This record gives sequence, C-alpha cells and structure tokens, in this order.
Amino acid sequence: MLRTRYHTISTVRGPLAFFTKTHPVGYGELVELYQPDGTLKHGQVLDTSDDVVVVQVFEGTEGINAQTGATFFGKPFTLPVTKELLGRILNGAGRPLDGAPAILSDDERDILGMPINPYRRDTPREFIQTGISSIDGMNTLVRGQKLPIFSGAGLPHNEIALQIARQAIVRGKDEQFAVVFAAMGITNEEARTFMDGFRDTGALSSAVVFLNLANDPAVERLLTPKVALTAAEYLAFEQGLQVLVILTDMTNYCEALREVGSAREEVPGRRGYPGYMYTDLAGIYERAGRVKGQQGSVTQIPILTMPGDDITHPIPDLTGYITEGQIVISRELQRQGVYPPINVLPSLSRLMGLGVGAKHTRKDHKSVSDQCYSLYAEGLELRGLAAIVGHDSLTARDRAILSFADAFEDRFVRQGQHENRTIENTLDLAWEMFGMVPENALTRLDQSLLAEFLTKSEAVETKA
Amino acid sequence: MEKEKTGTVLRVAGPVVTVGGVMAAMYEVVLVGHEGLLGEVVQILGDKTVVQVYEDTTGIRPGEPVKTTGASLSLELGPGILTQIYDGIQRPLPGLADTAGDFLKRGIFVPGLDHEKLWKFEPLVSKGDIVGPGGIVGKVQETPMIEHRIMALPTMKPAKVVEIRSGNFTIDEVVCVLEVIPDSSSPLRRQSGEKRVEIKMHQKWPVRNARPSKERLPCDVPLLTGQRVVDSFFPLAKGGAAAIPGPFGSGKTVTQQQLARWSDAQIVVYIGCGERGNEMTEVLTEFPELKDPHSGRPLMERTILIANTSNMPVAAREASVYTGMTIAEYFRDMGYDVALMADSTSRWAEAMREISSRLEEMPGEEGYPAYLATRLAQFYERAGSVRTCNGQTGSITAIGAVSPPGGDLSEPVTQNTLRIAKVFFGLDAKLAHRRHFPSINWLTSYTLYLDALRPWHKENVAPDFPDLRTTAMAILQKESELQDVVQLVGADALPANERLILETGRLLREVFLQQNAYHAVDAYCPVEIQAKMLRNILLFHEHALSALKKGAPLEKISQIPSLVKLARARFEEQREEILDSLTKEIPAEISTIQTEAAAIAAAE
Repeated sequence: MLRTRYHTISTVRGPLAFFTKTHPVGYGELVELYQPDGTLKHGQVLDTSDDVVVVQVFEGTEGINAQTGATFFGKPFTLPVTKELLGRILNGAGRPLDGAPAILSDDERDILGMPINPYRRDTPREFIQTGISSIDGMNTLVRGQKLPIFSGAGLPHNEIALQIARQAIVRGKDEQFAVVFAAMGITNEEARTFMDGFRDTGALSSAVVFLNLANDPAVERLLTPKVALTAAEYLAFEQGLQVLVILTDMTNYCEALREVGSAREEVPGRRGYPGYMYTDLAGIYERAGRVKGQQGSVTQIPILTMPGDDITHPIPDLTGYITEGQIVISRELQRQGVYPPINVLPSLSRLMGLGVGAKHTRKDHKSVSDQCYSLYAEGLELRGLAAIVGHDSLTARDRAILSFADAFEDRFVRQGQHENRTIENTLDLAWEMFGMVPENALTRLDQSLLAEFLTKSEAVETKA
Repeated sequence: MEKEKTGTVLRVAGPVVTVGGVMAAMYEVVLVGHEGLLGEVVQILGDKTVVQVYEDTTGIRPGEPVKTTGASLSLELGPGILTQIYDGIQRPLPGLADTAGDFLKRGIFVPGLDHEKLWKFEPLVSKGDIVGPGGIVGKVQETPMIEHRIMALPTMKPAKVVEIRSGNFTIDEVVCVLEVIPDSSSPLRRQSGEKRVEIKMHQKWPVRNARPSKERLPCDVPLLTGQRVVDSFFPLAKGGAAAIPGPFGSGKTVTQQQLARWSDAQIVVYIGCGERGNEMTEVLTEFPELKDPHSGRPLMERTILIANTSNMPVAAREASVYTGMTIAEYFRDMGYDVALMADSTSRWAEAMREISSRLEEMPGEEGYPAYLATRLAQFYERAGSVRTCNGQTGSITAIGAVSPPGGDLSEPVTQNTLRIAKVFFGLDAKLAHRRHFPSINWLTSYTLYLDALRPWHKENVAPDFPDLRTTAMAILQKESELQDVVQLVGADALPANERLILETGRLLREVFLQQNAYHAVDAYCPVEIQAKMLRNILLFHEHALSALKKGAPLEKISQIPSLVKLARARFEEQREEILDSLTKEIPAEISTIQTEAAAIAAAE
C-alpha cells in the first residue's frame, strides 16, 4: 500500500512534532519519520484534528527539521506475537538487539492491550514459593498477583528480583515457565547483571528481554512495559505459560511520562507528573492476573526506586494504590548488613490470605505471620525505648520481645542470595524464634497451634 | 432536522473528542465513529460539541460520523438488576464476556437488563385504584431475599388504574395502564403530558439526576455492621454518610468489604471505582458463598456490583458512582434500606480531574476542577433517609473510601468529603502494619450520630450502652496519654492505678477493637454481644480498681484466668454464654485475690 509522506512540520517541541495538512489521521496511529540524513524514527499520534496532528517521537526529536517526512500507518503501535519471542533480546520498542532477524508474525497485537473483563478473572490463589522467608512467610506472592518492589538508589532490588526469578516455583506442579523482562532506563551494568543471571540459570531460553537502557531514547520507555506485557499476555493466555514479568525501573518510565506531559503543556498534577498517571500506570499493572478456564497466568514484579526513599512520592504512592501490596527494601537493614534488606512492616501482600493455609501452604501460616508482625512491631518500638531508658530498665517480657526482633532480622529476614528456603523451613524458623518469648505474649496463636508447633528450643531456655 | 442528528469528528485527544455539526444537549449520549463508541456531551462551544468517550478512542479519525441519541446517560431499572455485575455505564460484564470473550473489546453494546426473561408479576393494585407519583403497582420476587416492587415513575401525576395484569411477563410488556386524573386545581385546565400512562416492569432514569422524594427524615436508626469498632464506638446511622480515608495498605478495601458483607441493609450497591481487578474477583467469588447473617441467604442475592477497574476507560469511571447511586435510589424508592459503598471516591475525583484537564478547564486546587466540592456534595447528598414519593420510608447510607495521596489528609478530596460526611473512620497504616484490624484509629475517628442514635441504643441494645462507650473511650484516651509517658520512662515507673489503665486499654484494643475478618465466628459480632464484651472489660476495670485501692497487687489481678477466657470468648460459638458467666467470674476472681492480699497483709 502506498502511503503519503508529509513534509508539513510546523512545530517541534520536546519529544513532540506537529504536522499540518494531513489526511484524516486516527488517534494513536503509528508514525514513521524520515529524516533527511536517512535516519528512521517512530512515533505515535497523541492528538489529531483536521488542522494539526501531534506526534510523539519515541527516539527523540534530535535532528528533526522541516524536511522530515512522516508516514501514517493507519493502525496503532503493534507487536508481532509468536512463540519465537522466547529467547529473544529486543529493544524497548520490540526490535531485535541480538543480531537475529526481526520478529515476524501475521499476528500483530495493539500494545495497549484490552482490559481483562473483571467477571472473567480468576482468583489468584496458587502460592508461589520464592524461597525468601520475608516474602514467603510474611508477604506471600500468589500467581497472577502484581507485587512491586519499592526500593531506593543503591539497594539490592535487582539481586532480589533475580533471586525470585531464579527460585520461584509453584510446588507440586510441573509447568512451563517464562520470564518477560523489561528494562527501562537502567544502566548497562544493571542490565548485564540481569542478563548474566538469566544466562547462568539457563533461563534465557525461556525469557523475552526488552532493553531500553539509560542511554536509549527516553520516550521509547513509554512503549517498553506495554510491549513487554503484550508479549506476556500472548505467552500466558494463548500459549498457556506461567509468565513472570519483571519491570525495572518504573521510576524512569514515570519520568518519561512527565517529560511528554510537560512538552504538551498539560496541566501538571503532583510534583509535575501528569494527572492521568494513575490511569496510565493502571493500564500497565492491571495487565496481571489469571483468566477463568485459562492455564497460563501473568504475575508482575515491577521494581521502582523511590526518589529520596520517600514512599509518599507520587510514583510509589500511585503504584501502591494499584498493585496488590508492596515489598519495601530498607536502607537501614542494608546498613546493618542484612540481605535481603526487606522491611516487612510496611510491606504487604494483599492476596496473601488467598494463597496460604492448610490448602496451600500450612495451616499455621497466617497466624505465624500475624504473630511475627505483631512481635516485630512491638520489638522495634521497644528498641527505641531501650535507646532512651537503657536495656536494663525493660521488663523481662519486653527484653524477650526485643531479642525476638533482633533474631527476626538476623535469622529470619537474613538469608543468602542463593539460599532457597521451603515454606516449611520458613515457618519452622519462626516457631523456633517464638520459643524466645513468654507464651502469654503469643496472642495471635491459638491453643491448638501452640500445642502442635511450639517447641521451646533448649538453647534458648538455657540462655534465658 | 435529520441533518442535525449526525455530525463529524473534528479532533481526538485521548477520551475527549470534539465534534462539529451536531446539536446535542449537555450530557446527551452520542455514538462516536464508525464503531459507535458511547460518549457523553460535556461541553458545548458554539457550533462545536465536546464529548467524553467511555471507550478507548484509538484509531478514531477526524471526519468520522457522530450520532446523537436524544437521551442522557440513563439506566434500565427493573427485575434482573440484583446479583448483576456492571461496568460504569451499566453494561453487564457477564453479558460482555458472552459476546466478546475474556477481554473487554470496545463498541459493544449489551443492555443492562435481560429483555427476554419472564418474571412473575403479582399486582398490588386493582382497577379503579389511584396511584400517586412513584406508586407501587405490583411486585416480582426477584431473589428469594428481595421482592422487587414495580413502581410508576416518581414524576408521574396521580392516576387511576384502568388495566392491571397478572402473570409472567418480560420487562418490556405493559403490566398496568393508568389514566392521569385531570388536575382540577389548575385554573387553565391545561394538562401537560400524556393522559394515558403505561407501566412496564422497567423504567429508565438519567444517572446524573437525583430521583425525587417527598421529604427527608431524621437519621436515628443505626446501620448495624457487626463490626465492634463501628457499632459500639463510631456508629453510622441509616441514611448517613461516612468517609474512610487512609493511605494504601491501611485496610480501606477490607473495611469496605466487611461493611458490605455484614451490614443490616437490605440492598448493597458496591462500586469498585478505579480499583483493582483482582479485588473485584474476590468479591465476585466470595459474595455468592457468604451467607447473610440476618436471612441466611447468599449475600449476592441482595448485592449489585459496579466494577469499573482502574484500567477500564476513565470516562466510564467518572459515570460509575452515579450509576451506583441511581440504582441505590431506585431500591430506596421501593422502601428498602440501601448501603452504597464507593471504593474509591478519590479515583472518581481523579477521573474528573483527568477529563477536566483534557477539556482545558482552569484547574482548582491540586489540578482538580473547581467544581470538585460541588460534585462531591451533590453525590453524598443523594444519600439520606427519606419518605419516598409513594409514602414508603427508605434510606441510602453512603460509605465512601478516600485514597489520599501519600496518606495526606489535607488534600482536596479528603477535605471536601469530610465537610459532608458525618462519620470519619480514620484508617491508620501503623495499626495495619502491626496487623491490628480493622485498622480504624479510635482516637482520630469520629461520628456525629451518637446523640441521634442514643435513644435507639438505649432501647434496643442496653440502657447503659452509651455510657459504656463513653467510659471505654475515656480509658483509651488516657491510655494513649500514658503510652507517651511509658515511651520515656517505662511502664514500671507508673503507679498501679495507671498501670491498670494500660492493662484495660490493652484489653479494649486487643480483645474488643481487633476483629478477625477471616474468622468464622468473630467476623460478625452482633451489637448485643458487643455490649456484653464491653461491659465485662469495664467490669474488670472497675473491680480491679477497687481491689487495687484495697492493696491487691496488679500483677496478680491481671493474671486472673477469666481474662484469658474473655480474650478467647469472641472466637467461640457460645460466646454469649461465656460472656454471661464471665460477668460473675471476673468479680469473683478479683475478690479472691483481694482477700488473699488482705490475709497476707494481716499476717504481716
């Protein structure tokens, strides 16, 4: 099909190019821009009318001038989907980076996808064992959940994400897994960590990698998670795979969103981020889940770095309102040398209740987790108190709870990067630590659980 | 005239489409583009009309046709509405799944009600009867729990029944014919509108217009929820409005769902406005299984769900709260008590903001449109306890979750909501972190219905119930002050009577205020049992205090076995019997300790 090429640029501003006197162009259409020097760029229609068409240029507007031509494709941005995607390394817009030929398929999907009909969603309830106690025991991940990692600059979120990708299994099931990895604005080095990690475990052959690195065009980042999730949905709901999607770093995505918003002179919301950021992020995060009657699933672990470690910053804030909980990485624990430095108190898995208990993990799981939360929270308060009044002026009960909190960080949360604990190990470890506190402080555990699981370990008794 | 009915698209920017050449009224529904996407007129600028489209506009081009429909966004109200799950503009999601599969495609229209199904209509009027505005002419047993009353429109003039039928009909068949009575008071004897009125089993009502009622009634009956912190401490009146603000992870949705599950409203409308898909699924799978504690029937039989999740179109999200409210008003007009949960009104406000900014309106505070406060007030004011047009009493209790960014309660949506809502359930992330649920902070929350509800509480729960609450609140307040001191000097530095307050405060918090939503027995605690629990805890306090004065040691008093029993009673099927026996055991055990202490003192 012959397409008209327009050389009618009127304005270029930030990542946006304005064209006049075109044929009627559809909203959201894909655009190819030809620069006089032969460079090919891509864009998308953000605003269309008879007079002017606004194009967002993914590769940035450097070098665009009045001679630049534009062709409108009459369709939105799509990703060709095929099973051949597995094992490929692509750029942030879905074009090959691995030297292999471009992805070819008759089946091309609009990267915006379509919302899952809430009525057709299936409840996520299959426990995913990540082998990390502070996640499995306290903030259980279930299949079809979206559970972000809230981190900060310089914290080991990548290692944790890799460890999850490496160790995650649904027990008792032999199923086909796939990892979809989308990098947005991360450094070459971080990307290499991930790639090496995938390669070492042989996961690369069942992974699709989309890389938009720090030196790649920022606006292209706006496509990356959508492209990745289009691939994930195809693999999950048409190929029946269990797909784990890792999106990192969502903060960079949001920055790109702000950049485009301000170039369009939109009314800014909080901290200059566009008012529609919630809707936009929801369009990404909500693409996780299970569908009734379908074998496959999409589980998402988005990673974001909180600017200034501020959990009330719009990016973590809006994310937390959409996702089903969050895993919060703590700089304090990191300084104490605890890996993984997961602070369980502000962490939460909203779907935990669905995936724990006798049917999924063990009958004491929920109570154990509640008891740990309540003791650890109390222990931390006591730590503050002990700093003021001194350890010795605490009551015996308080001292026991304080040492529980210490042990909790040191033995329960802390584990090796390659240490893979089963859920039974995790729960037994908690019970072992419950032996440190007087029984009347164990208010969240009922009598039958206490009788069955509580074993006062001798080591603790002698110490006491 | 026909020429004016279709226009053309001039501009598309996200969900906002500018149309030329159509004469449409504000809020009229139009069909945009070749696919006929549903949209609503939100601005008229000279010969241009601005439309917000309820569906994704990708691919729409300038020049595509736009058709008007002549009506504003309206709902179909009639049998078949209960147990349904709708999107923000009353398209049934199961119906959409049947036509389009697992994902929501655009441009699909499915009517809100089943037009084929036959319902058994039983007339309640006979020929010659006079029916007033909104008058009930018959009924349909829609679910085993709910009788659906078929009404005339509330705007109808008084009319005489000339024909009434009985039997099985679809909602499109006429079941009753009325003749409007000439209005003799009108000096000109000129009658407006039709003389003959046909009543079908469904009616249409525009969502943005409140359904009229005869008068507002005082809110003096509590909405019982079985949640101790709500019923005893911060009761909500039927017809009242409550706000639940809290940062993410503080338990808003769980609290909302608990209220939806256990409240003694006859109808529950649950609006998932811009929230999570998986959460709606949870409601969808649980409600059919959970039993209503009052009737023993599945909760779903009295429930209507509106699910417009965060990734569904933003314009439909904006409409979803009105859709829910209109359905609530329809059932209120039948004489029911309706509870309406909106989770979350912040997402609704954000949808308003998003559309407003696309319309390039001048922004108000934090980018929200200047009319935010008005819209919020209009919405909450549609709640209330009323005498309906047909003389019934009915109520709508509105409970809105608010999701303040960063948990900052000074932001506009929270502030504007608090100006209207009379009950404030302040959710506390700190409580949630230590897994104290429901995480409603007892110090920051408030209710303005206490005085209005006092007579009801005295008569129906216990004469001392209001006093129990006052005493308990005073202890908790004192406990919190003492906690600050304890933070500095440790508990041991306090005198025994103050340590007793800490002990009683702990009992109130851990035994009374905490409630396990997932425990079969504890999830629902009738208000009578709440009173007994509260009375026992305060009984302990009173007796312990007098024993302390007489020299009994607090360490022993706080170790009495009946306290452990008291703490566990809430989980037992026979909780009422246990609590009754504790009323004797607690004083007895304390008095034993007191006697022992006296004996030791005497021996020394």
